[in-house]
Amino acid sequence: MDAIALLTIFVLSIFVGIEVVSKVSAILHTPLMSGANAIHGVVLVGAILVTGKATDNVQLYLGLTAIVLASINMVGGFVVTDRMLEMFKPKKTEKEEVSK
Amino acid sequence: MTPTWVRAAELAASVLFILALKGLSSPKSARRGNLLGALGATIATFVAFFYGETFFGGPIQHLPEILVAIIIGSIIGWIAAKRVQMTQMPQMVALFNGVGGGAAAVISVIEFLSAGNEETVAMLTATIFTVVVGSVSFTGSLLTFAKLQELMTSRPVVIPLGRFITIGVAVGTVVTAVALVMNPSNTLLWLLLGLSLTLGILLVLPVGGADVPIVISLLNAFTGLSVAASGYVLGNVLLIVAGTLVGASGTLLTRMMAQAMGRPLTNTLFGAFTAKATTATASAEDRPVKSASPDDVAIMLAYARKVIIVPGYGLAVAQAQNTIRELVELLVAKGIEVDYAIHPVAGRMPGHMNVLLAEANVPYDQLKEMDEINPEFPATDVALVVGANDVVNPAARDDKTAPIYGMPILNVDQAQQVVFLKRSMRPGFAGIENEVLFDPKTSLLFGDAKDSLTKVVSALKSL
Repeated sequence: MDAIALLTIFVLSIFVGIEVVSKVSAILHTPLMSGANAIHGVVLVGAILVTGKATDNVQLYLGLTAIVLASINMVGGFVVTDRMLEMFKPKKTEKEEVSK
Repeated sequence: MTPTWVRAAELAASVLFILALKGLSSPKSARRGNLLGALGATIATFVAFFYGETFFGGPIQHLPEILVAIIIGSIIGWIAAKRVQMTQMPQMVALFNGVGGGAAAVISVIEFLSAGNEETVAMLTATIFTVVVGSVSFTGSLLTFAKLQELMTSRPVVIPLGRFITIGVAVGTVVTAVALVMNPSNTLLWLLLGLSLTLGILLVLPVGGADVPIVISLLNAFTGLSVAASGYVLGNVLLIVAGTLVGASGTLLTRMMAQAMGRPLTNTLFGAFTAKATTATASAEDRPVKSASPDDVAIMLAYARKVIIVPGYGLAVAQAQNTIRELVELLVAKGIEVDYAIHPVAGRMPGHMNVLLAEANVPYDQLKEMDEINPEFPATDVALVVGANDVVNPAARDDKTAPIYGMPILNVDQAQQVVFLKRSMRPGFAGIENEVLFDPKTSLLFGDAKDSLTKVVSALKSL
């Protein structure tokens, strides 16, 4: 793909990125940061791509290191965000059910 | 060409990432948003194996090793995320962010080694940008982890001539990066890697306690940008979209956090360069404070009409969230009006306290945000501050020389009576003395927050 097409995608993504989080309330800052952190774990795709065409051992081992690091970022990021958000469930309905 | 279905799947993953961020911005849809993001990431990872001839020059190589590496990383990430206590979550996010940045840097190093001399200038620039930013994010995040985990002091570390060393290393990094673009060589690459890793450490060292979360958020945005740049290098649209989304939203989020703390971003990052290491002013032991027993506190609370609880990180460290909820339930049963006042940066990160209290089943509607609750302090009989300090320190409002000056605070000093539950007279995270502690209307109950609260609860029950 040519450079201008990639640049277009880049610039439009900046605007989307700013737009989608512009109204977030302070209570969600931490989960949002954590969720965004998990999303950049998709760098795993890049790690797989470079490792899949590694031509010598140095590249292979570096690539495998990158894969391990990126998987930690991705899986850990989504799981820890889910743990945080699990606690934001509306608690009231549960309690009412218990008291009934 | 990359198969069309692979590119369609990438489009789907990009959309899922946008929906994820959008979902995470509202409490109702947040959890679903995160799951959508996870789905997008799973799709993206799956199709990465099918890029085909143009990319791999045949089927993907080293498949077994790659799968094993993914499994190892996933297990480590899963266990770490499941085991971490909610109080330690900020440093966990820092750590995850750091390894992501590290991965981006390593990818670019490989790209350079495999095709360094044949790359176009634009490609080389993007590659080298990723090496620098990814490395800064890596060591910077590891250092914030060390600070928050208290493996080292959380105070600003000011090394002699630190400012000049940092500027020197920064200039060295830029010069090496430019030289590398003009004249690619492996030696220069290793030099650049070393300089960038050092720069990450130097940039974070002088950042003090309460500002660390802002730095985590900023490094998060950095990692996003380095991922976007590595997407450009690999010609991968999905990485560009995902990385840029995180970079842009992360930058905005960093600004919002800094605003919540009343600090321009530049102060956070460079303030400590100029600041002297904060030494405690007049030694605290010399000044009289009024200490109270659990019974005194119970009586004060029982005869109040309106009570505001100000929870801080100390509450969570003492694992006292459930005890405080029990106390509040008792008071509410007595017909007393009770609210929690949540400072935007209570805990270690913006919104952290909400997570910690939600974990203890504290009803959502009792949590009041700062702007909502501040006008109510003058009409409040007792403000009960549990394990918080900096967020109620009037120095932020009145003392222009204080490092936290300008940070909005909860005006507990306007309440009729103030009760502090504290472990000791040690100053808070930011390391500044709090004048409210010496106010005649303030009582202090020393001890572990959970112990103290348990005693207050039993005293209340026997009244």
